[in-house]
Amino acid sequence: MLHACFVRSPLARARIASVDVEKACAVAGVRGVLTGADINGEVVDLWYSQVGPDVPRTPLPPLAEGEVRFAGDPVALVVADDRYVAEDAAELVAVDYEPLDAVVDLHAALDSDSLVHEGWAGNVCAELATPTDHLAEAFANAAHVVETEIHQQAYVACPLETRGLVVEWSPADGSLSVWASSQSPHDFRQFASRLLGVAEHKIRVICQDTGGGFGQKINAHREDIVLLLAARHFPAPLKYIEDRRENLMASSSRRESGRVRMALNAEGVVQAATIDHLSNAGAYPIPYPLISSAAVGAIFPGPLKYQLGAFSTKCVFTNTPGLTAYRGPWEFETLAREVSLDAAARQIGVDPAELRRRNMLSRHDLPHTNALGMTLTDMTPLETLELALEAVEYEVFRQEQDEARAQGRYLGIGISSYVEPTTTNMPHHGSEGATIRVEPSGTVNVYLAGGSAGNSLETTAIQLTADALDVDVGVVNTVQGDTALTPFGSGTAGSRSGSMVAGAIRETAAILRNRIAEVAADALGVRAEVIEVAGGSAFVEANPINALTLAEVAHHAYFGKDAAGGLEASARYHTQAPNLWANASHICTVEVDIETGLVRILRYVVAEDCGPMINPNVVEGQIAGGVVQGIGGALLEHFEWDVDGNPLATTFVDYLLPSTTDVPIIEYLHMEGSPGPGPGGFKGVGEGGAIGAPAAVANAVADALSPFGVELRELPLSPATLLRHLADGGAG
Amino acid sequence: MSEHEISVVVNGARRSVRVPSRLSLADLLRDKLGLTGTHLGCEHGACGACSVLVNGEVVRACLMFAVQVDGDEVTTIEGIGSEDGVLTPVQAAFRDCHGLQCGFCTPGFVVTVTALLERNPAPDDGEIRTALSGNLCRCTGYQGIIEAVRSLRSGVEHAD
Repeated sequence: MLHACFVRSPLARARIASVDVEKACAVAGVRGVLTGADINGEVVDLWYSQVGPDVPRTPLPPLAEGEVRFAGDPVALVVADDRYVAEDAAELVAVDYEPLDAVVDLHAALDSDSLVHEGWAGNVCAELATPTDHLAEAFANAAHVVETEIHQQAYVACPLETRGLVVEWSPADGSLSVWASSQSPHDFRQFASRLLGVAEHKIRVICQDTGGGFGQKINAHREDIVLLLAARHFPAPLKYIEDRRENLMASSSRRESGRVRMALNAEGVVQAATIDHLSNAGAYPIPYPLISSAAVGAIFPGPLKYQLGAFSTKCVFTNTPGLTAYRGPWEFETLAREVSLDAAARQIGVDPAELRRRNMLSRHDLPHTNALGMTLTDMTPLETLELALEAVEYEVFRQEQDEARAQGRYLGIGISSYVEPTTTNMPHHGSEGATIRVEPSGTVNVYLAGGSAGNSLETTAIQLTADALDVDVGVVNTVQGDTALTPFGSGTAGSRSGSMVAGAIRETAAILRNRIAEVAADALGVRAEVIEVAGGSAFVEANPINALTLAEVAHHAYFGKDAAGGLEASARYHTQAPNLWANASHICTVEVDIETGLVRILRYVVAEDCGPMINPNVVEGQIAGGVVQGIGGALLEHFEWDVDGNPLATTFVDYLLPSTTDVPIIEYLHMEGSPGPGPGGFKGVGEGGAIGAPAAVANAVADALSPFGVELRELPLSPATLLRHLADGGAG
Repeated sequence: MSEHEISVVVNGARRSVRVPSRLSLADLLRDKLGLTGTHLGCEHGACGACSVLVNGEVVRACLMFAVQVDGDEVTTIEGIGSEDGVLTPVQAAFRDCHGLQCGFCTPGFVVTVTALLERNPAPDDGEIRTALSGNLCRCTGYQGIIEAVRSLRSGVEHAD
């Protein structure tokens, strides 16, 4: 096994005058050093399945050539016999950098004289705006106009397992094996095939036990690209496992900013609203980021009824790591809307729960086409709000809050409701396949594309298959994550896996049940129509005494006189709905220590509607993980750069993930009464926790500090930030 | 690079290995001894995924050099679990309480919890949270993990 290590830029922006690899190559145990000049020209075709080949192709050199564009930008790849030697040699690669002014600040980037990429004027990577003329009257006649500005810091997915892969090129037959830490094994293979010009069936991608993804591992990154290209230069197993510092400084980041205007009538009913949104594309976004940015604008109305809306969005190149998907990529719409609603409630003197009651859609209002043209269906926004308010004993809390304030303690409560398009029917995500085989012994294997990265797809698949065939879960096994063994599928992303896997299993199991009935009928000498398949056996309803176990049916299928058919089926499911809408209301209560600025979360309630739950443990596990990531985003996590673009949080000692002492017990309430239009009525649940939580926490902290006239406009709400606001805001 | 012959008892078996002085304990375990259950999440001593026991104490295998365990006893997750696959009560509690999702941090948590319960069989909630605060999990929000430890404290039986 050979080991690879990247030489990375220490500067956010610089011209590369020269790269000298001689000393590094001379180190004993070094097999070679690759630079952009060596491999960048080998790229055959590079585009991402999620967005297709026709979107603008933003620059994406495998290794930096000519210029480095963020601190951490990979410049060279050192390959050696072990990782220690590779790291030694990486330090000996002499890169002569001529520093250039870095573009770091999101707003300043738009007016900067410096361009991150030549030819992309104003550092604009992508932009979109809808007309606003139709809103003028509503704003002119509004009893209240509320304007808020919100900045969300850079925070990152941080899977506990960093990125990494092993590639092995076999020159004799021109085949490539890849062991990847990916959410999308089949897409990784498609991508590699295009990139290298190697036929898809000559590439095998294996993804097992991926240690967390949260969006970061949906698409191949530049490091993956470099390893794929390097494979043919080093025909031996070649391994790259990034370290935590690299994952923090170079994998991805999300940083956003928005300005919201809301027009409300005298009763506090929102008449119109707009959001102007900026998103950091970084230097090398993957993929083209307009889809998630546009989603921020289109979903901004959320669970609100108003019918006049507009948005603008710009994705801005900066000399920082590129934007990639992170759990609920459009989460900013919820943060911006929910924080603005609370600001509106304070401005016009209405309780924030009451303001929401006046504005939120109930299940009886659906379907509803929102102000931006999206049609919402099958949800329970107002119903989840009421459920969460009841659980948290909202009125009681308000009394406790008053009593605490009288004692100089500052409690707060924050609400955040969202609607979320899960399982979107984008071309590349719209279908999923399954193969189910009853083995000759009667045990069952279900083969699925997989991509599970801790989202329990294995458990889910086994459970769904056992249900669909009416067999014991103990006899079902699943094979996932290997392109050589499993049907094509596009991996786990966009909260799609539950519904899509359920669809694929449903379609496949229906065929297989018919086949079981046929074989059993043949064995029993009856017509297939009278055969029941239930409880792990096949029998004639009128005469269950002659029941055949699944093992006996399998024996007939494989070894009987009609053995040609076997006992296996494959089918694909294609989703019909544009999205499966899921929703939730989060309510968080906090106590803020005004001396230290420390926020302690007291209670956290989630009332959610993901449809009928396939497995409550899995549903609650997904919600909990997402909520805690959102709590981290609200209070702790901050991937910060200095003005020159130097990263300031490159270890877990500086980049603070929530730990056991930071998180509350999460209370769950489930509404299962509005099933979605997909199989079983199941809707997605993988991302919502992370969408709802930042706003709930931010609103709770703002509520706690409302006596001081503090309006919080930037995350994270660290002790330092809160103390600064308290000092600036005065003593109320 | 100077090398050293060390002798260490790993999971009950004495191993003599020649190691470079800079080799970390984690890399000794994973790369030289094939014990890949010890995971590396940060290599800064902050995430706890690489937690192992050295002479019964929880340590970060990424922060120790292999030469430092010369003459010591090291127990990894492979040594805590049994070879026949029967789960220990701690492992069974994690499974029963949905205390793991991607599983990457799990070996470190199991090592930490096993040591905690040996030291303190009935930790209160605050003690549990404090004892686990040096182990990071990005998937579970710690809900199932804390519940698993609470269930052990209250003496709930876990079938394998």
